[in-house]
Amino acid sequence: MMAAPAISLLLACVGGLLALGLGAIGLAAIGLARRPRTGALIYAASGIVSLIAAAVALNALLSAGPPALATLPLGLPWVGARFRLDALAAAFLLVVDLGGAVASLYAIGYGAHEREPQRILPFYPVFLAAMNLVVLADDAFGFLVAWEVMSISSWALVLAHHKDPANRRAAHLYLVMASFGALCLLLGFGLLAGPGGGYGFDAMRGHPPAAGVAGLVFGLTILGAGSKAGLVPLHVWLPQAHPAAPSHVSALMSGVMTKVAIYAFIRIVFDLLGPPQVWWSVVALLLGAFTAVLGVLYAMMQTDLKRLLAYSTVENVGVIFIGLGLALAFKAENLALAAALAATAALFHVLNHSLFKSLLFMGSGAVQGATGERDLERLGGLIGRMPQTAFAFLVGAMAIAALPPLNGFASEWLTFQAVLVSPLLGTTALKFLVPAVGAMLALAAALTAAAMVRAFGVGFLGRPRSPAAQAARETDRWSRAAMFVLVGLCLAVGVLPGLVIDALSPVAQAMTAGRMPVQAGQAWLSIVPIAESRSSYNGLLVLVFIAASAGLAALAIHRFASRAVRRAPAWDCGFPDPSPLTQYSAGGFAQPIRRVFGGFAFAARDVVDMPGPGELRPARFTAIVRDRIWETLYVPIELAIGYAADRLNRLQFLTIRLYLGLVFLALVGLLLVLAIWV
Amino acid sequence: MGLIRDLAIQGVQMLLVLALAPLLTGWVRKVKARLTRRRGPPLLQPYRDLWRLMRKEVVLAENASWLFRAAPYLIFAATWVAAALAPTFATGLMFSWSADLIAITALLGSARFFLALAGMDVGTSFGGIGSSREVMIASLAEPAMIMIVFSLALLAHSTQLSTIAAYTLSSNVGLRVTLAMALVAILMVAVAENGRIPIDNPSTHLELTMVHEAMILEYSGRHLAVLELANFLKLLLYVSLIACVFVPWGLAPVGSGALAALIGLGAYVGKLAVGGVLLGVFETSLAKMRVFRVPDYLGAALMLGLLGALLLFVSRGGLR
Amino acid sequence: MTGLSFDVAHLLAGGLVLMSFTLLYQDRLSALINVFALHALVLALAVAWQAYVQHAPHLYVTAVIALAFKAIVIPLALHRIIRQLGIHREIETVVGVGPAMLVGIGLVALSMVVMLRVTEDADRLAREDLAFALSVVLLGLLMMVIRRNAVGLIIGFMSLENGLVLAAAGAKGMPLVVEISVAFSVLIAFIVIGVFLFRIRERFETIDIEALDRFREARE
Repeated sequence: MMAAPAISLLLACVGGLLALGLGAIGLAAIGLARRPRTGALIYAASGIVSLIAAAVALNALLSAGPPALATLPLGLPWVGARFRLDALAAAFLLVVDLGGAVASLYAIGYGAHEREPQRILPFYPVFLAAMNLVVLADDAFGFLVAWEVMSISSWALVLAHHKDPANRRAAHLYLVMASFGALCLLLGFGLLAGPGGGYGFDAMRGHPPAAGVAGLVFGLTILGAGSKAGLVPLHVWLPQAHPAAPSHVSALMSGVMTKVAIYAFIRIVFDLLGPPQVWWSVVALLLGAFTAVLGVLYAMMQTDLKRLLAYSTVENVGVIFIGLGLALAFKAENLALAAALAATAALFHVLNHSLFKSLLFMGSGAVQGATGERDLERLGGLIGRMPQTAFAFLVGAMAIAALPPLNGFASEWLTFQAVLVSPLLGTTALKFLVPAVGAMLALAAALTAAAMVRAFGVGFLGRPRSPAAQAARETDRWSRAAMFVLVGLCLAVGVLPGLVIDALSPVAQAMTAGRMPVQAGQAWLSIVPIAESRSSYNGLLVLVFIAASAGLAALAIHRFASRAVRRAPAWDCGFPDPSPLTQYSAGGFAQPIRRVFGGFAFAARDVVDMPGPGELRPARFTAIVRDRIWETLYVPIELAIGYAADRLNRLQFLTIRLYLGLVFLALVGLLLVLAIWV
Repeated sequence: MGLIRDLAIQGVQMLLVLALAPLLTGWVRKVKARLTRRRGPPLLQPYRDLWRLMRKEVVLAENASWLFRAAPYLIFAATWVAAALAPTFATGLMFSWSADLIAITALLGSARFFLALAGMDVGTSFGGIGSSREVMIASLAEPAMIMIVFSLALLAHSTQLSTIAAYTLSSNVGLRVTLAMALVAILMVAVAENGRIPIDNPSTHLELTMVHEAMILEYSGRHLAVLELANFLKLLLYVSLIACVFVPWGLAPVGSGALAALIGLGAYVGKLAVGGVLLGVFETSLAKMRVFRVPDYLGAALMLGLLGALLLFVSRGGLR
Repeated sequence: MTGLSFDVAHLLAGGLVLMSFTLLYQDRLSALINVFALHALVLALAVAWQAYVQHAPHLYVTAVIALAFKAIVIPLALHRIIRQLGIHREIETVVGVGPAMLVGIGLVALSMVVMLRVTEDADRLAREDLAFALSVVLLGLLMMVIRRNAVGLIIGFMSLENGLVLAAAGAKGMPLVVEISVAFSVLIAFIVIGVFLFRIRERFETIDIEALDRFREARE
């Protein structure tokens, strides 16, 4: 039974994290926070608390009892702060706290590199606590407060390296977008609560709004949660803010905080908003598909390793929204089993992305720590200098590129299966949309593989492109431990997807009222979403087969043919060049894809400046990539706001008489309104 | 009894694809040579090449990493597993349910992932050019393949190859426009994936036009042999895939005896021979296209696949 | 009609759509003409099959007209023309194959929706055949819009007309007179355009139709 002890324990964990934050402030005030040992202590404590919370959440998810409730005498006087632990909350708490625990483990080693740890230490535990509270909250007031604390603490973490103007700009943009998202959610909750003002989630669940209002709330939720998760075109802040933070925080922001935003979307749309309408799914599918494709195309164009990863987060959020959109469509047409399949695929991808994206960010943090570089064009050859980090990054790259038998493939495969049952849908628009979305999903998956070949191939393979990369050293053992925990999880989840699907099935049931068949009884631990004659997949067997045949081939050849090896200079068709600059660069690697998709997505152009015969200046090649979304959507808004601000600026220079006049006019106006309305 | 039969078929199939793959490539080379009025190398030449390469020592570049040495075996394993799961002469393979068509496509994707990485490992310009072009080709060919899988899966209500083959064998298929579109698209994709003319030239030695050859430029000895064998296997896999889905006649059904298996074997070799001739004729009659025409070509394959899937989505059960 | 005869008719109609897409994809002039010959051949087969299924001998006439004129005479004549004009190796710069194909897919989807909506009560496959015919017409129009070369324009126009014939053959009881008149009108259009080609070429030394626009702008 999922009784009160579970939720009390979780709240105690949150309290512990908040206390850690306060303690860190105290330590910073007396100047102790600069010592490396203080940092390690705080990270270790956060990690242990998160681990406990993750274990409690896992237990709650597996025991699948009735929802547990708790009320604390905080917040609004007549409501109190109410918390609820149900299957959905437990699943997301697991993602949050698992990510938090591993990131804390990583930070024990990585935090030692920080020059100003007092700018990070107080906010880090608070950030973790706020994410927990968002998921636990059971009333709109508590939810929004926790949401804002999460935004502001992460904003402070983005500003940790505030000396860099690019980081300040990123933090500013993040703050603006976070406020916009919170405003949308606030309005959405206001509409949900209705004139009666029932701010508790149970009240909202009991009285779903009328269709028109529900549609409005859906739109506001897409804007509010989508801007936090990074849906195109609301993604602009994400690839700037996530890389600006220290790497363990980047891992949390990309791997975990986007999931909290997805939790908000699921909680409101699937739980509080009543029966869905078909057009909601159309919106979610369209946004998801465009986010997936554009996100990975942007990622392909980046040379900054962390920014590349941040854009790939945008892509994965798109994939998750495709799953959620399908679930909405099936739910709207009362196809419970298919809806459960799509919802499970989305939830599975949520878990997977939190694992491999954290892993990749930690790997990039290790690279940054070892070389001081994030630019792919100045890296290279790290597989020899940092073999363990390279291996971990490679596993993460394979997982995110959806290669079997790792975990990314399992969830992508489930999403494809969900697309394949969609001819059952009756609505015309969906009949045309779903196959197109399937094609875009496949395109995004293939492009992700390309982007990851580029990131790993340029960053870790080849020859070092800078002295810093030449001199890199393997990262510390805490960081490696954290990365290898995630490597193990990626492999385990990929090989045993059936267990994950079974664990997620109560969540999918709560979301869609459908239930997938139990996977635990399937032969050889394979997964069978609908029926074995339709489709099945077995990660374990695929892994065993690949390992066996590779081992067999190597053994046979070494035994019966030859095992002699000789080292020699590279062949390179007979004219090797000793300069590492003759290697393919990250920009050059992306050129074919830029040429194929760039014209449409970014108005990309290649400008070649070739000096004429006899001129001595060097030839120049410039690739121009423009951000069309930024130019068409954000620049006009910025200009309009600037214009309005200029106009209003005049108000600052009026005489006192005019100010008094304004006050007087406002007063009279208010009285007039009263007179007319009352 | 059934289990032993299935296991036997699975084992025979794994060895069969391995044994036949070099022969198919030798056959295609022979056909091409004959069409250009050359005598051509003997049919068994690929086997001799492989054996010679395997016994030679490996010359590794000085900065080659462990990935460079492990990649050939991983690529070979992924391709072999994929080839072992596609029914060749009999359906009802022991392990065919462990990976469906989507997973087979993804297995080939894994092989390509490692091949592209291996091309970049030594840090030469040619390796990079090959990898960069390969991922560009793959980024369009893979979605096209997935769309073809969608079309087939929607028709047969399954992504399992055995079920799809059984569906094509059943009488209620008829001639479907979608099947025609899927066939054209899969032929286009197969040509691109195997690096045949007009996308890539398997026998080129002009560096700037190479894709596949550029990536394996630094390989020698047994590593090169394993990569070549993986490439032969991939060609065989695509021919078997197309044969299994579009001309499944002769496949020994589940639970049939040794005679049916022998007939299936004969039919399979016949299909391979015909496929080889068609490929040879196709390659001989075309010129290689520029690299930047390839996206148009593969885009067309993707659109065809999409169109086929779209028709199915629309025609299924009518509109409400 | 039985299942098989339906299937064949459906396959041929679908094949015509496929050919229309090939026309969109192909940008070399001489290959374009060959593909058009193939287009007409598939049309002739489709019409002949309809004649066989419907037991309507006059449709055989239509099929033979399509085969003789559109699959043989006109392609040969076009080959001659482009050789005389010296443009048989020319590669047209089109809008871009990718976007054109995407728009084409959209058009096919559109015609599907329209046809399946409008003809609710008819048989499913017959409705899809009509939808295919409409797609061929729309794709022909699309081709006329995006081709810069006048030869591409003609081929687009004639492929459009093939779609009309397909629709007409599918509908039972279409009188022969109508079809013959359609066929001749196309022939005349072909001759007129052929003559124009030479005239344009004489005056502007190119058959790129943008040259005509430039001329118009210059006059205004």
